[in-house]
Amino acid sequence: MEYIYYPGCSLESAGKPYDESLRAVFRALDIGLRGLEDWNCCGATMYMSVDEALSMAISARNLALAEQAGFRDLIAPCSACYTVLLKTNRFLRESPELRAKVDHLLGQVGLKYGLSVNVRHPLDVLVNDVGIEAIAAAAKRSLEGVDFAPYYGCQIVRPERGFDDREFPTTMDTLFQRLGARAAYFPLKTRCCGGMLMTTFPDVCLQLVKDLLECAVENGAQCIITTCPLCQVNLEAYQKRVNKRFGKSYQIPVMYFTQMLGVALGCSEKELGLQRNLIPWKAPTSVLAA
Amino acid sequence: MASANISPIKFHAPVPGTLPAPERELRRRFLEEAEVVPGGDRISQCLQCGTCTGSCPVSYAMDISPRMVIALFRAGQIEEILRSRTIWICASCYMCTTRCPQSIKITDLLYALKRTAIDAGLYPERFPVYLLSKIFARLVARYGRNQEMLLLLFYYLRRNPLGLLRLMPLGLAMLRKGRIAILPKKIKGAAAIHKIVQASKELELPREKGAVPYAEDMVGYRAVG
Repeated sequence: MEYIYYPGCSLESAGKPYDESLRAVFRALDIGLRGLEDWNCCGATMYMSVDEALSMAISARNLALAEQAGFRDLIAPCSACYTVLLKTNRFLRESPELRAKVDHLLGQVGLKYGLSVNVRHPLDVLVNDVGIEAIAAAAKRSLEGVDFAPYYGCQIVRPERGFDDREFPTTMDTLFQRLGARAAYFPLKTRCCGGMLMTTFPDVCLQLVKDLLECAVENGAQCIITTCPLCQVNLEAYQKRVNKRFGKSYQIPVMYFTQMLGVALGCSEKELGLQRNLIPWKAPTSVLAA
Repeated sequence: MASANISPIKFHAPVPGTLPAPERELRRRFLEEAEVVPGGDRISQCLQCGTCTGSCPVSYAMDISPRMVIALFRAGQIEEILRSRTIWICASCYMCTTRCPQSIKITDLLYALKRTAIDAGLYPERFPVYLLSKIFARLVARYGRNQEMLLLLFYYLRRNPLGLLRLMPLGLAMLRKGRIAILPKKIKGAAAIHKIVQASKELELPREKGAVPYAEDMVGYRAVG
């Protein structure tokens, strides 16, 4: 089993620990992961707000390169990349005019995209291709004693129905519970963190982040586990500002799901980039003992 | 009947009587943008149930609710939508699109409205969302990938240099953790990206920019920061 890997821009900077832990997890499970050569930005949601045909062509270049390399399944860990690449596939299928424009634009640089690449999220691949039981069999540590808030964010489950429910997904809950952790009651699991509003309208965004942190902490979570680099930064790096604004004292670690999975699979702290998290996660003694 | 030659595609939303010329032009531009969205014409199927507004996590900060956006479109008041804060506050979480009982792609239509507003110059000077996406697009056109640090740096320098100072402690912390890439990385295919961008400009028909004066306080941007 081999997949082609599209990290996306975030995973080269703020989301570096996501990249490191994802590779570590795939290594530990012995799944092939080939990096896509010379990939470019997916266009992200804001590129889309400028010119639709152009942003589709930019993101389709990646899909065309993956197709050329002979792969059917492309892994996109960043929620924004994932949703944009999926949307590109869907719009190109549904709109002949858009497809003609994009074909023309890609043709200018000698590329052609035949719509044969599936865009997959690593959570989907791990749970549905590899399987929870296979992961549990490979686990070296039990996650007993870990109380987590499963935070999916918006764009890996919406707008179209993908690998899980659009409002109440359970993939991550099931995975980590099987490994011994306890999922806290967290009804805001697909509520938006505000995304780039943290830069453009910070006041609006801080309120959303506060709601999420409050929900996790009030319900007894010891950490938040997320699948998106933007959610991770908003929830972790802006906790101090939320505390100041709303008179709170939150200090809850926010981890990538691949980091927690890597802990169960016995990867080292360094392999998982855990030392890069701003709010350190201290493994419960029950996890370390195992 | 004015409505017959306004719409280049067959939308069945009622257009009241005769619209003033600027409104007619904005409507034409919006419908062109909406046409790109597969199923964009479902906007005419809106029931005004308000599920979108009730589901939206940021409707609390909007001046016009998502439901009202469609109502105003029907009433021939596109200019009012384009001047609102609403289209820029949408964070693209797609909850409205997911829940809409009429399968209207509200998020994508809001993108179409953003593009229309940008095209018509209907936003305040140094407007945050437009500024950010413009810098973003330039960085991608130049390097092939987004450069987080440069994006934030240019954005804050243009928009709010003091905000940069406030961001410093966080920036330093991220730097210490190795989570900021300082040197921009250019991909081999950067020339190809540039070519695609140039070619896309030739696809678009040149259009006169209709600048319309903007009163920032009118919709209370300051109130939401």
